[in-house]
Amino acid sequence: MHAPGILSIVSTERLTEVTTEHQAIPFYRDERVLRWTAQIISAVVLIGLLVWIIVNFIQSANARGMALNFRFLNDPAGFPISDPVLPFDPSRTFGYAFLVGVVKTLLVAVTGIFFATILGTLIGLARMSSNWLLSRIALGYIEFHRNIPLLVLLFLWYFPVFAQFPSVEESITLAGPIYLNARGIFFTWPRLDSGGVIWLISIAIGIILAVIAWKVLEKRQLSTGRDTYYIYVSLAIVIIIPIIGWFVSGSSPLYLDIPVLDGFNYRGGLRLTPEFAALLIGLTMYTAAFIAEVVRAGIQSVSKGQTEAARAVGLRPFQVISLIVLPQALRVIIPPLISQYLNLTKNSSLALFIGYQEVFSVGKIAINQAGRAVPVFAMVMATYLLMSLFVSWILNWYNRRIQFVEK
Amino acid sequence: MSRKIYLLLAIFMIAAMLLAACGGEDTGGEEAITRGAIYDRVKERGQLVCGSRTDLLGFGYLDESGGNIGFDIDLCRAVAAAVLGDPEAVEFVPLTAADRGPALQTAEVDMLSRNVTWTSSRDAQWGNFTIITFYDGQGFITLADSGIQTIEDMDGASVCVTSGTTTEKNLADAFRQRGLEYEAVIFEDTASVYGAYEEGRCDVSTSDMSQLAAVREGFSNPDAHVILPIVISKEPLTSAVPHGDDQWFDIVKLVMYGLINAEELGVTQMNVETMKSSDSIAIRRLLGQEEDWGYNDLGLDAEALADAIAAVGNYGEIYDRYMGPNGIAFSLPRELNNLWSNGGLIYAPPIK
Repeated sequence: MHAPGILSIVSTERLTEVTTEHQAIPFYRDERVLRWTAQIISAVVLIGLLVWIIVNFIQSANARGMALNFRFLNDPAGFPISDPVLPFDPSRTFGYAFLVGVVKTLLVAVTGIFFATILGTLIGLARMSSNWLLSRIALGYIEFHRNIPLLVLLFLWYFPVFAQFPSVEESITLAGPIYLNARGIFFTWPRLDSGGVIWLISIAIGIILAVIAWKVLEKRQLSTGRDTYYIYVSLAIVIIIPIIGWFVSGSSPLYLDIPVLDGFNYRGGLRLTPEFAALLIGLTMYTAAFIAEVVRAGIQSVSKGQTEAARAVGLRPFQVISLIVLPQALRVIIPPLISQYLNLTKNSSLALFIGYQEVFSVGKIAINQAGRAVPVFAMVMATYLLMSLFVSWILNWYNRRIQFVEK
Repeated sequence: MSRKIYLLLAIFMIAAMLLAACGGEDTGGEEAITRGAIYDRVKERGQLVCGSRTDLLGFGYLDESGGNIGFDIDLCRAVAAAVLGDPEAVEFVPLTAADRGPALQTAEVDMLSRNVTWTSSRDAQWGNFTIITFYDGQGFITLADSGIQTIEDMDGASVCVTSGTTTEKNLADAFRQRGLEYEAVIFEDTASVYGAYEEGRCDVSTSDMSQLAAVREGFSNPDAHVILPIVISKEPLTSAVPHGDDQWFDIVKLVMYGLINAEELGVTQMNVETMKSSDSIAIRRLLGQEEDWGYNDLGLDAEALADAIAAVGNYGEIYDRYMGPNGIAFSLPRELNNLWSNGGLIYAPPIK
């Protein structure tokens, strides 16, 4: 390259040539122009495509006389909903029927998430247990649930399990009493009496006072270094005040609502219909298998050195878990956990097949009875979207709080 | 850079083409259905797309070899025979009760023959309803030892019912009218409804009388169940076509008229060929041996109705094949579904 002579002269000439050419670069080879053009073209194509889809859709819908308005929501529904949770009869409107569906979806999603988290954590821990049998059982559970479609599991819980319970007259009676039959599970359930409100208020006061005491005493302990026993004090407050409230409310604020056989069915008590029970158990057990793996991955992501170091500085086993392992594991656990919660919520739409009527199921009936497929589908999709966004918003907020602050 | 742009453009083009292709296939073009549109597409395709079911004994179900058979199925085959000359030129699309309305509204099917009850709101929203081919009513099935005899006896009972049907609305009306309580247990597919009923989830199940007769046959112990002698509704069952194509609407109606007229005139699957040279002018006209009865305007062959009868038999033969005294599904007295001349309601305009 640096050899003197003709070669170097030629290369210098070429260099000047290239430089002049660079100054005169045409716009169609200018990277900035090209970049912008690409952006504009793709934006135009994309928007054009969207407009075309929407216009085409509206034209086709109009041509087929499929009305795209929501006025039918004020019309009487005319169809029943099984186990409606809210008071419902067929004279209520489509809009209200839809709301009942939303509430039923939320009910199964919230209870499902609650139980799936507990069960999933336990199975995840069992999976890591040094007890060979326990960890193999957990592995078997996880593999079973991860490799069978949820719909199959739901049918399995509904027809071969809950539908096989005996008839109402031959109900299985468990302690409580709890009655099991083909119409569901009937629990004896405590319900509030007339004096119950006073007792509820006393519970609320107890909780508020306990939280205040916890904060104040914890702060004092941290500043003075003297043990203020804040955990025990708070616990005492939260127990004693409701007990006082119980007596203040006069007679017992709670009574036991015992199911009794009346006509075709048991009445009273807390009833889980076979449809709800099968759906809840199916969803919970299925999602728990995935949560178990998430929990295991999270805990195993904390290196063994951390635990050993914590032990070495003298932390107790509980402190090792709660102060060292868990905070670090949660960073890894929360993001995939969010998607499991979303999955559970969305999977609840399979309830359609086992007779639990949630928002999708009610929506499909409305489509059929009101003949308004497009507006109803839009509403169903918007409902799931809002629910999912809400769940992920809460958990993302929590996730941001527990993430490491990057320095 | 530019290569990326081309790639991007290519992707958009492919996406656009795919979307266009999908749209075209699903709805049969972007234009509204107009006169002749469905007739043309059936002719072009050489096949009739018939919305049907595969799970109702007698009406739409499968034989041992998996072929579609049943009362409703034969009506589609009759139309295929009349229009295309081949009763086998039918693609059967199984639809659930909740899916059949939208399938007809969007003209995904050329014809819906899936024991649909004709109601005013469905007529307004779904499509054109042709002619009542089966007069039915809603009844109840219960265990023989349940002690239920009237609707009042069902106060507080659990009732299994299919979603998206007139049945579920009639049920609601009947109980609300009488101020009775009940627990509705609602499934989307019929198999689950009767599965749950048979397992004891419900005290009673309700549907059209004909459907109850059909499912009772399928229970492990049919004699343990009784169909109550209560009818709470009118259920006129009919086939339907999408809105918009009057020519197609007329063709499907005319085939039904033809099948009924054939029974009146004594033309059967067996004797249709010999009947073409019958002494009766009405019979010869029906079989296309006389003047035009409208086939030219509708784009049919002169012997279109003869082909339909040769394919599936007359109305009475179709009924008896599945539900007659020796029916292969079950046997149900014809009653209202007898010809008008025999004290029933089956009546059709003359073929003239």
